[in-house]
Amino acid sequence: MSHLLPLALRSAWNRRHTLGLTLLAIVLAVTLLLGIERVRQDARAGFAHSVSGTDLVVGARASPIQLILYAVFRIGETTHDMSWEAARMLAERPEVAWTIPLALGDSHLGYPVVGTSADYFVHFRHGDRQPLRFAGGRPFEALFEAVLGAEVAQRLGYRLGDRITLTHGGGGFTGAEHDDKPFTVVGVLARTGTPVDRSVHISLQAMEAIHLDWQGGAPIPGFSIPAELVGKFDLTPKSVTAVLVGLHDRAAVFALQRELDGYRAEPLMAVLPGVALSQLWDLLAVAERALLAMSTLVVAVGLAGMVAVVLAGLGERRRELAILRSVGARPRDLFALLALEGFAVTLLGALLGLLLVTVLAAGLGPWLQASYGIAPSHAWPTAQEWQWLGWVLAVGTLASLLPGYRAYRLSLADGLTPRI
Amino acid sequence: MAGPVIALRDLVFRWPGQTGPCLDIAALRVEAGEQVFVHGPSGSGKSTLLNLLAGVLVPDGGELRALDVDLPRLSAAARDRFRVDHVGLIFQQFNLIPYLSVLDNVLLPCRFSPRRRQRASADGGDARAAAAALLTHLDLAESLWQRPATALSVGQQQRVAAARALIGRPEIVIADEPTSALDAARQAAFLDLLRRECAAADAALLFVSHDQRLAGVFPRQLAMGEINRATGAAS
Repeated sequence: MSHLLPLALRSAWNRRHTLGLTLLAIVLAVTLLLGIERVRQDARAGFAHSVSGTDLVVGARASPIQLILYAVFRIGETTHDMSWEAARMLAERPEVAWTIPLALGDSHLGYPVVGTSADYFVHFRHGDRQPLRFAGGRPFEALFEAVLGAEVAQRLGYRLGDRITLTHGGGGFTGAEHDDKPFTVVGVLARTGTPVDRSVHISLQAMEAIHLDWQGGAPIPGFSIPAELVGKFDLTPKSVTAVLVGLHDRAAVFALQRELDGYRAEPLMAVLPGVALSQLWDLLAVAERALLAMSTLVVAVGLAGMVAVVLAGLGERRRELAILRSVGARPRDLFALLALEGFAVTLLGALLGLLLVTVLAAGLGPWLQASYGIAPSHAWPTAQEWQWLGWVLAVGTLASLLPGYRAYRLSLADGLTPRI
Repeated sequence: MAGPVIALRDLVFRWPGQTGPCLDIAALRVEAGEQVFVHGPSGSGKSTLLNLLAGVLVPDGGELRALDVDLPRLSAAARDRFRVDHVGLIFQQFNLIPYLSVLDNVLLPCRFSPRRRQRASADGGDARAAAAALLTHLDLAESLWQRPATALSVGQQQRVAAARALIGRPEIVIADEPTSALDAARQAAFLDLLRRECAAADAALLFVSHDQRLAGVFPRQLAMGEINRATGAAS
């Protein structure tokens, strides 16, 4: 076998253009397969990292997935609000260690505005139970102060002390600006790789204040309350979108969940973030499988192309095989020669695909994180990816047996005098 | 080598699916170092005989001994090994592997056969030196040795093929119409070189051709039509 290897290499080099194109097809197919797998994993990890250490998410009764998507990831449809009384009730329960109220609905240039309390900066955890850190500045204290997520600050070029105007709702309607009550940027958070990066944080009281003179989604005509006078009003919030709850003892989570689900004063719902996320994954599994099937097909097409190219080249190589036969190559040597080539091209394709995906992950990582909140987490392939590569290699090797077998048959039939 | 290098008796071969044999030879002996001209029209069984002698095909009956080895009794792999160890082959055309240099083409048998490699080393100090000596003898300038085989003229390619057939001094050299792609002047020159080198290597030469004009220089001539008793044979 060792005497065949240099021959196989020289032969392959002689056909480097067609083999190179075949290799490219396999590299791209493997890159696609691994890329989709990585984005899938990283998206899951990104979602899972966005809520850490939160035992329950409580909101008005609706779909658990919708509540989680809206309250934690700030995507999807608005949910009903729950009353401030219910949020107060939650905070005062003995088994509850902390609560973070969230009021959503407004935006700033497309970035969601989160009304919350100072507890957000103390108790909120992301990733592996990491607290929020300030890249600069401090939490909001006075009424019209805002704390920006890392990406908001970076993309829009805001610095501490800049003044920003919030927009009612998700934006897109003229005249829905809260431009009479601008906010001052007093803090910028360090990057987290979670939706926090894309959020503008203000206090619940400020959220109440900018809506004092609003009704039904529009300013009340002929009535406006200047910013300097809002302090004279009662700014206790009337409602919040959701409350993140941390418990002293996680063991109490199911009891509290049951109790909240049966809360009499208003229809509440308590959701375990992990359970809602796994429901979400179940929902997305079909799409994921479809994507995976597509990329598997692309790999199959790449491998089939390789077999076709090697088989097509076999006609031209009949002389070569007969010559090798005349100098002592056995038919099984020729089988090995052809099979080896397919194996080597597949192996090289798989490794280069892995390399390309790694380089892309490194190169596009910041952009992916900024645009989609997906952080390419691992540079080294996971066990799952190795398994995929193993499959590609196995199928490629099996497919290469076909030209190998053909060469074997040809060399037996032709002997030393190829019938061309 | 005392005995004959090739000895056939009552050799019969038929292609699968054919009723009659295409080759049926009562007896044929080739002595060591002998140079034999085998001629016959296409379809007279020359190529079949060649494939049998090279151990690629196996006869359906009769005796086929080469170097006192009962070839049909050997396994397919052992026959492949026997071929590279003891037989040098030259074909009509396209003898060389296009992606190998001239020198590497000559060295191919040494890659597959330790025996040929050893004998070549014994001749030249090492196999490359033996190949270089053969190429020089066959009038191939050193400037050509590292060039790809396809860069050579047909005549040069045939001489490279001769060098490959002769390296490591196999006992038998079989040349199948090696000059048919050459013009008359080059045919004679090639024939001279080949016969001289076979004699130098003490190899028996079976020269197969349909061209009777070349027969004159050979001490022994065989007509396929006479030794092959089968009719309706295919080449």
